[in-house]
Amino acid sequence: MVQKKGGATRVSEDAEEDLARVPLQGILLADSFAQKFRPITLERPKVLLPLVNAPMIDYTLAWLESAGVEEVYVFCCAHSKQVIDYLGSSKWIGQPNFSVTTIESHNSVSAGDALRLIYERNVIHGDFILISGDTVSNMSLTQALQEHKERRKKDSNAVMTMVIKQSKPSPSTHQSRLGTDELFMAIDPDTKQLLYYEDKADHLKGTITLDKMLLTDNPFISLHNDKQDCYIDICSPEVLSLFTDNFDYQHLRRHFVKGLLVDDIMGYKIFIHEIHSSYAARIDNFRSYDTISKDIIQRWTYPLVPDVPFFGNCTTKLRRQGMYRTSEIGQSCSAQIGPFTVVGNGTTIGKDTKISNSVVGEGCTIGSNVSIEGSYIWHNVTIEDGCKLRHAIVCDGVLMKSGSVLEPGVILSFKVVIGQQFVVPAYSKVSLLQQPTKQDSDEELEYADNSSGIVEIPSTTSTSDMLNGELTSKSSETQCWAASEVGTGGVGYIWSLIEGGHEEEWRHSVAPIPADKLAEVIQAMNDDLEISDASVLPPSGELKPDSVSNDTDNDDVEYIRDDSVYFEKEVEATFLRAVHENVNEDHVILEVNSLRLSYNMTSADCAGAIFYSVMKLALDTPHSSTSELCRIVANVTTTWQKLLKYYLPSLDEEIEVILKFEEMCLESAKEFSPLFAQTLHLLYEKDILQEEAILNWASEKEGADDADKVFVKQSEKFIQSCDQVTMSIIFRLKRSRGTIYKIELLMLFMCP
Amino acid sequence: MPDVHSLVNEFTIKLKKRKIEGSKTTAKQTAELLRSVISQQRIPHTNQAAALIDAVKAVGEQLIAANPVELAVGNIVRRVLHIIREEDLSLATAAIGGLSLSAASDDEDDAEQDDHPVLSAAAVAAAARSTLRPPSLQTLLEDVPYSAAVPHNSSSGGDSEGKSKSADKSSRSRKLKHNVIEAVNELISDIATCHEQIAEQAVEHIHQNEVILTLGSSRTVMEFLCAAKEKKRSFRVFVAEGAPRYQGHVLAKELVARGLQTTVITDSAVFAMISRVNMVIVGAHAVMANGGVIAPVGLNMVALAAQRHSVPFVVLAGIHKLCPLYPHNPEVLLNELKSPSELLDFGEFSDCMDFGSGSGSPLLHVVNPAFDYVPPKLVSLFITDTGGHNPSYMYRLITDYYSADDMVVQRRPAF
Repeated sequence: MVQKKGGATRVSEDAEEDLARVPLQGILLADSFAQKFRPITLERPKVLLPLVNAPMIDYTLAWLESAGVEEVYVFCCAHSKQVIDYLGSSKWIGQPNFSVTTIESHNSVSAGDALRLIYERNVIHGDFILISGDTVSNMSLTQALQEHKERRKKDSNAVMTMVIKQSKPSPSTHQSRLGTDELFMAIDPDTKQLLYYEDKADHLKGTITLDKMLLTDNPFISLHNDKQDCYIDICSPEVLSLFTDNFDYQHLRRHFVKGLLVDDIMGYKIFIHEIHSSYAARIDNFRSYDTISKDIIQRWTYPLVPDVPFFGNCTTKLRRQGMYRTSEIGQSCSAQIGPFTVVGNGTTIGKDTKISNSVVGEGCTIGSNVSIEGSYIWHNVTIEDGCKLRHAIVCDGVLMKSGSVLEPGVILSFKVVIGQQFVVPAYSKVSLLQQPTKQDSDEELEYADNSSGIVEIPSTTSTSDMLNGELTSKSSETQCWAASEVGTGGVGYIWSLIEGGHEEEWRHSVAPIPADKLAEVIQAMNDDLEISDASVLPPSGELKPDSVSNDTDNDDVEYIRDDSVYFEKEVEATFLRAVHENVNEDHVILEVNSLRLSYNMTSADCAGAIFYSVMKLALDTPHSSTSELCRIVANVTTTWQKLLKYYLPSLDEEIEVILKFEEMCLESAKEFSPLFAQTLHLLYEKDILQEEAILNWASEKEGADDADKVFVKQSEKFIQSCDQVTMSIIFRLKRSRGTIYKIELLMLFMCP
Repeated sequence: MPDVHSLVNEFTIKLKKRKIEGSKTTAKQTAELLRSVISQQRIPHTNQAAALIDAVKAVGEQLIAANPVELAVGNIVRRVLHIIREEDLSLATAAIGGLSLSAASDDEDDAEQDDHPVLSAAAVAAAARSTLRPPSLQTLLEDVPYSAAVPHNSSSGGDSEGKSKSADKSSRSRKLKHNVIEAVNELISDIATCHEQIAEQAVEHIHQNEVILTLGSSRTVMEFLCAAKEKKRSFRVFVAEGAPRYQGHVLAKELVARGLQTTVITDSAVFAMISRVNMVIVGAHAVMANGGVIAPVGLNMVALAAQRHSVPFVVLAGIHKLCPLYPHNPEVLLNELKSPSELLDFGEFSDCMDFGSGSGSPLLHVVNPAFDYVPPKLVSLFITDTGGHNPSYMYRLITDYYSADDMVVQRRPAF
């Protein structure tokens, strides 16, 4: 009896703790306000779609319950009746210490509307968790909540804590593994305040723009592109009133978060909480459906895994190699069920059927010689003999007649029938419902343009709901199906791929990105790289003050480049003035020197600039043929020989001049290109250039591309003659001084 | 009734969510729950034991299904069922004695006092345990004349007034429940004190200047080592850290705080160190009927290393860990795969798990099993709270603690 008493006191202690604590509330949005899962979501709300054989909302509710949330308000909009019916029949209603209340709305078109409605209801009294019903997580809220509360005590403007997790985006497609676009965040490493949030960075340019104030206001900024937004937010009650005040806020991230970050009048702050060992992710599109399913099968979401009965009664057992199967499966001996496969209750599998990396729901009938790879087959599906499925989603009640094939990325909505031997082309979506009318899809396209396909498209789910009803009635009336569309005896319409754009379909599909697409993307990226080499940001870096100054150095480089252009222009102007006004060479030198000092240039730059001006002068002098031009060049150089020579004290400057000349021939003054070798020879003869400079230049170009070598080739003969001169000098030396054999060898090596 | 129902529900949910960890806490809470189930069960006039058994079985079935890997739940359910059967049997024999000799009930009342030679079945077992005798032929013999001994003893003390059969029945029903609850309380306190019972035997096994190796952390092992230390034994402990949970670090900290010479090694260094070790002492998750051990992952490797070098491999297990089932494919069926995040950082490896490129099939697979199965031939000795036993003796202990009818905890559909 003593023990019993002890137990009783413990319970009462717990109760006291409960009293001291305000019950934690949660808002679960059972509508994603997006159309990514169409056509499936025309018939069933997204949160009730099975994820590894359990509705998504069960994962979210199970997490909320285990995280210690006591009151959950489920906001239902599209197909609200289905959600309410499901919750009513599930075990979530009537749990001790966990109440689930549904809030129904028919005219909300965005998360913003939903939160405004909840604010009107006046049910939220303290901090609450804002989550969407398609989120899978196993994180513990204790620490995040505590951090949030402590920050709130210090600063009442800290209204929200966002949960993030490290996840590296793919360097080629700039997509996270969940199929969402690469996310850029600037975070204060000390306070964990979120300073910048951008999920639509222009990847083609490879740049993001940070406000200069950001760098001046914060001594430390860490910039991340390898974080994933988990869409789990710990919010203060102010968030709801903020949504009400700003009635144009629709989207949680695009409007609300960005709005708060940009608008500093109110001074509201958002903080982040990074999770490391636990898991959290939101199903946004078909790719994340695939990825998260695989994560669940690989047990990253433990204890929310198929063989742990976290809801209902399941009898799934985990076998070797990640094979989950229930006890009541009719399986032929010759059927091969591969690794990472889940097979639901009451499913029968025929002879020689191969299943790998797939989820098969309850009550399915799979014939013989079927091959299923990477696919998601929901409940009560019949697949006849000889079908082939690769990376497809097959909804409830589908019938695939014998020999039909699903190519990667196919979505078959509820109760579709695929005809015999029919091959459904890749990425097609088949539904019993017709695609919404043209007008509607135009609207969608507009939305898609607005958002080019990331998170939630704030579109009219309610109209789609209506549309849905309309269509079902229509479809039941007109039983004559376009039989050809999905094969003989098939039932269903293939949706044309207008929304989201044909191009982007592969990005969010359930199928992996095909190799040729990937190669294409990488090619495109490499092309971009050539234009701007700073396209790829390092995964994550902390911008400390010194690196900030580094940044300004970079700015300086830009600056210098600008400067050198100005400098060249100035020098040219000076030179032209000297030509036209017959200014003394010495004066020109003086002026150029002063320019050099004021622009902080090297003497090599001066040499280049002067040479450029001289050649420009030659070019500008009217001429009719190349030979005439050649003569003019000779004249001009002779006139300004002294000036040129002044700026060519050493080899470096001479090489610079040759490079400059080469550049001119290529770009600004193409007329010189045929005269390159001649001019080089001329300059050599005038003693402006030495043979060493020419040889050095030639050897420098040795390793360059063929395109760069044009002029080297052109002047090959001349260079060789130069070489011979040098050789003869050496030999002369050898003869006169009796130098050792070694030098000779050395020279032989140096010769091309 | 609704109170118990909600308690059961709550406990089931906790088990399902894997919020209760460790066989000792699970065992204790299961026993406490079953006690309240029994105390609130309304008992019919006839066949009370069957009603109780049925109630316990119904709850037990739920609990076992909630977490089939936590064998302690099933063990305790079966222990409680056994207690009910034993008490019923002893009462029945007493009643028969009472009918013939008209004196059973008073003696049964007295049975709670320890000085009385005859006790209820559970009390006998408890006495046997508290005296730390290894259950041997002696206990066997004790059990056999037990039913015969009751009427004999009661006859020696019995000259009280006779009772009508119906009155006897009502008192018996009360008595059965009362006795069962008493015995379950006994069980709970046994579970609570099993560490001390095991630790008392430490000095017999750990000798001066020995080197002891252990892996991971077990409360029983820690108490055992500390008990030896308190008895002024000086010895050294090698602690293998026990990846991926690294409980060994916690143990090492604790041991050093108690003044023990401790060396921490990696799991992979066990074989290299085993030649210097005198004894391996480890904890267990469950002990199966064949003497095999379900133990924290990594122990099979330690056991093999110990066998190679002929080092005694000693397993400490409270009696609540004794499971009457024979293991079938224990590596898979009695195992639990935990989250891979204990091994790898998800963020660091997220690019390896990008299913968007390549064939779309996962190339990286992280397996994190919680348990190992150590076959009985690798175990030298079990130390339970009733003393040391050979693995081959386990089946015998099991017949002492469990009834053969309860091996499958399933409610009879007819009832």
